[in-house]
Amino acid sequence: MSVDTATVAKIAALARIKLSEGEVAAMVPELNSILDWVEQLAEVDVTGIEPMTAVIPNTLRLRDDKVNADPLTGGNLRDKVLANAPANEHGFFGVPKVIE
Amino acid sequence: MTDLTELGVAAIRDGVAAGSFTAVEVATAFNANVAAAQAALNAFIVATPDKALDAAAKTDKARAANKPLGKLGGVPIGMKDLFATAGTQTTAASHILEGFIPPYESTVSQKLWDAGAGMLGKLNLDQFAMGSSNETSYFGNVVSPWRRNDGGNASLAPGGSSGGSSSAVSARLCPAATGTDTGGSIRQPAAFTGISGIKPTYGRCSRWGIVAFASSLDQAGPMARDVRDCAIMLEAMAGFDAKDSTSLDMAVPAWEAGLSPDMRGKKVGIPREYRMDGMDADVAKSWDDGIAWLKDAGAEVVDINLPHTRYALPAYYIIAPAEASSNLARYDGVRYGLRDLPEGAGLQDMYAATRAAGFGAEVKRRILIGTYVLSAGFYDAYYTQAQKVRALIARDFEQAFQQCDVILAPTAPSAAFALGDKTADPLSMYLNDVFAVPASLAGLPAMSVPAGLNREGLPLGLQIIGRPFDEQGVLNAGLAIESRAGFTAKPERWW
Repeated sequence: MSVDTATVAKIAALARIKLSEGEVAAMVPELNSILDWVEQLAEVDVTGIEPMTAVIPNTLRLRDDKVNADPLTGGNLRDKVLANAPANEHGFFGVPKVIE
Repeated sequence: MTDLTELGVAAIRDGVAAGSFTAVEVATAFNANVAAAQAALNAFIVATPDKALDAAAKTDKARAANKPLGKLGGVPIGMKDLFATAGTQTTAASHILEGFIPPYESTVSQKLWDAGAGMLGKLNLDQFAMGSSNETSYFGNVVSPWRRNDGGNASLAPGGSSGGSSSAVSARLCPAATGTDTGGSIRQPAAFTGISGIKPTYGRCSRWGIVAFASSLDQAGPMARDVRDCAIMLEAMAGFDAKDSTSLDMAVPAWEAGLSPDMRGKKVGIPREYRMDGMDADVAKSWDDGIAWLKDAGAEVVDINLPHTRYALPAYYIIAPAEASSNLARYDGVRYGLRDLPEGAGLQDMYAATRAAGFGAEVKRRILIGTYVLSAGFYDAYYTQAQKVRALIARDFEQAFQQCDVILAPTAPSAAFALGDKTADPLSMYLNDVFAVPASLAGLPAMSVPAGLNREGLPLGLQIIGRPFDEQGVLNAGLAIESRAGFTAKPERWW
């Protein structure tokens, strides 16, 4: 499988990365050389093999159903959460107008 | 008085505890080395001399009061700029996070400070840890302190992604540093610069507060000048953390106390598939040396097969970009980091402009690959197939470990290359991690230790891979090699 300029432009749009036409054109052969190379995985016989989900067997833990059980990751941290926001307005994240 | 910056972690810890010198004297000496090397090596993105001095003063005060000093009392270290450090800029070497000041501390760095370590600064790296030569950083290339013995002064790659860490430790800017390893990012830079580094079993070190690249692969680990120093650092870094859902709920062994170079009764596996056609002659020789050293230490050497080795790298370059494309979706110009809002732009345009301006070329390339392999219609052919191959690679190791206790292989296919040598061809750069990636895909503990110099006078590393949770076996084999290799070479100071 290989990608063309239309596909790269589509992927870039999906990934929310603005690329100029020139950048798209430059990316096409780069991505194709990587995709051609990973293509060799298709020759591996994977009959009966389950895709790996956890590299080291582990069980997912549940935390106690308690508000602010861990003060470090709990609530009441509005100002800290907003501290690095490029635009913080009235205690919220500011974004350009979304609804006309 | 001895040059304190020639001392490693154990010697500093013991010397401060014994009163041979003060922690403040140690921090002052390393701060001076950091400042003197910055223009030439660019190993740090930010230096934090005051933090190193504050921690040192605390240690000296504790000692005066006869209080316990901690496992790393008086030891100043470098922190890879992928670990969130409260109040100190954390960038992942990217423009998109430039100026980001975390309000919280990563679990691993907090554990190191709790153990008495102090921070010399935030170390440069490949952008978002994507790279093998430290040439993708927004803050400029890191230069290795090593030079070829041909009299030329070509700038060499310190390896990557932990290139600031490797350059700084080998140039004596810090006795130890943190690294992270997703597909070789601790081991390959350690090999390139003649130092030691260990990636523990996946889950040993908490990932909380580490900027995420590929979550199923990312593991933190130490880089230092010898095996003992790595063991001391790793003890302080590892441990269960409820804030990381993949953290291992296991006690941290006393790795330093358990160190032994005696390999009697141990079997060392030599994977046939790693002896590739056209292998560098010096690399092949260092591997043979390693086999002889481990035999000398009493080990029995057995040939093993890891049949899916050649598929590890292509599987990695599907899985890692796929996870990265998902993890890096968080950089949107809304919550933190850079925002690029063109005149009159809407929300979607702002996302796209921000990410175009904030990510470097390699990061964009990997996000696009990841987005493609996860997209409708291609997911099974690429991603599911890669995860199946990954399961086969893990099974190869499982079967091999029925015949041996540890595996010995080269860390990298060559010694350090010159900066700029491989930047034109992403694939040739990726191939640098051919020996490192399989252990990452299987989540296994793996370490690089210096084996010797090649004909150009550059260091070569040997890699030891162990069973899950057997960091001790890996460290001990590393020690057996270290005590026989007699590696004392260090870069001559030109900076």
